[in-house]
Amino acid sequence: MSEAGIQIGVARARSGMIGGRQPARAPSAVDEAAVRAALSEVMDPELPMLSVVDLGIIHRVDVGPASGTAPIRVEILPTFVGCPALEFIKASIAERLAAFGRPVEVSATFEVPWTSERISPAGRAALLAAGIAPPSAASLGAAPALIGLEPRVPCPHCGSRRTVVENLFGPTQCRTIRYCADCRQPFESIKSV
Amino acid sequence: MGSHAHEWGATPMTATAAVPATALAGLLRSMADDEFVIGFSDSEWTGIAPLLEEDVAMSSLAQDELGHAAALYGLLAELTGTDADALAYDREPAEYRHCRLLDHGRGDWAMTIARRFLYDSADVIRLEALAEGSWAPLAELVAKLVREERYHRMHAGAWLDRLARSDGEPRDRLLAALAELAPDAATVFTPIDGAADLVASRIMDAPMPDLEARWRASIGPVFADLDLPMPPPATDPERGRLDHGADFNWLWGEFTSVRRADPGATW
Repeated sequence: MSEAGIQIGVARARSGMIGGRQPARAPSAVDEAAVRAALSEVMDPELPMLSVVDLGIIHRVDVGPASGTAPIRVEILPTFVGCPALEFIKASIAERLAAFGRPVEVSATFEVPWTSERISPAGRAALLAAGIAPPSAASLGAAPALIGLEPRVPCPHCGSRRTVVENLFGPTQCRTIRYCADCRQPFESIKSV
Repeated sequence: MGSHAHEWGATPMTATAAVPATALAGLLRSMADDEFVIGFSDSEWTGIAPLLEEDVAMSSLAQDELGHAAALYGLLAELTGTDADALAYDREPAEYRHCRLLDHGRGDWAMTIARRFLYDSADVIRLEALAEGSWAPLAELVAKLVREERYHRMHAGAWLDRLARSDGEPRDRLLAALAELAPDAATVFTPIDGAADLVASRIMDAPMPDLEARWRASIGPVFADLDLPMPPPATDPERGRLDHGADFNWLWGEFTSVRRADPGATW
């Protein structure tokens, strides 16, 4: 549990750094690609190796006319309905996009459900590099079993498939705790939702 | 609690003429109160669960359920022009509409698992009946809830299996818990006022008695396999969300204590 607290601390510090070196851009430079590039610098507070873009939570970006003072609107998809980091993420996005010199509106929607398939290939690689198993594609879309556990997830440290679920629930809502019988390391995986 | 509920701007929240607002509000209140009460009950295990893993699990489950409650209270607040926090915290105990299944106190671990299994298995049937519903704000939220509840069912199912297959005390305690919960086991499916309107407007795909039949069909094989007695029909189906007892009054005192100590406080 303390790990999550540390990670949030890291993200806060990082977010502060981003806020402190905001480039002074003219409002006319605002286009969707620039906004998306800026969003790729906003990291998730609970998974600070992932940007909000790689996490797949950016649903819609609307910058309005290329010139003018129209607000930049960003709609994000909560990963979990009760995600406690949602307000923090919205504030981080607003803080980063403030550099464009326009009003920023960040809102959350369930218009389409966020699923773990939305994590980008780069995001999956970043998770693996940090010792967190990416969501398992094998269990996605499968009919929910009343009793039974997810298919075995490869160990992010040694690649072994001799892994077991230690706890379906973990330090954050989106994670499961597993154990590798070969390298004898516990590890976390992202839930397949 | 409902601070982001007002920003689901993509879908119009307006209750059109086709939406039976009173019946819909009753449905949302019953669902939100169910999730809120079981969430708080589960949080009672934080720090004292029988295993460290379960300490983490019950805390995470509680966080999920309170998040679901917040979202459902948010929809209800939008629909009725009220405030999500006021709905969650400012009502008297008798005004809550959670089902009597969730009215029982935390009890022992077997009681918690028995109640969780009965509730989770019923909740998924209710959610599936709403998933293709015509009122987009609820159908969209339900699409998300179903994905999360899958983990809750795996957890409760694995523990039900473990307790039921153990000889001696674990199985005896589970049987005792199921017997205590039996009169209230089916109360998730308590009829709600205006349910016919919800079905007619395709918000819900069938009335509550049909959903109860689906639930019984879904848990029947599990109970048979584990040689557990199937829950009987609710003893007083019309009052399945009324007449809350002393256990809930105590829980209400707990979850409203901060709010009552400093009304209007913000984080």
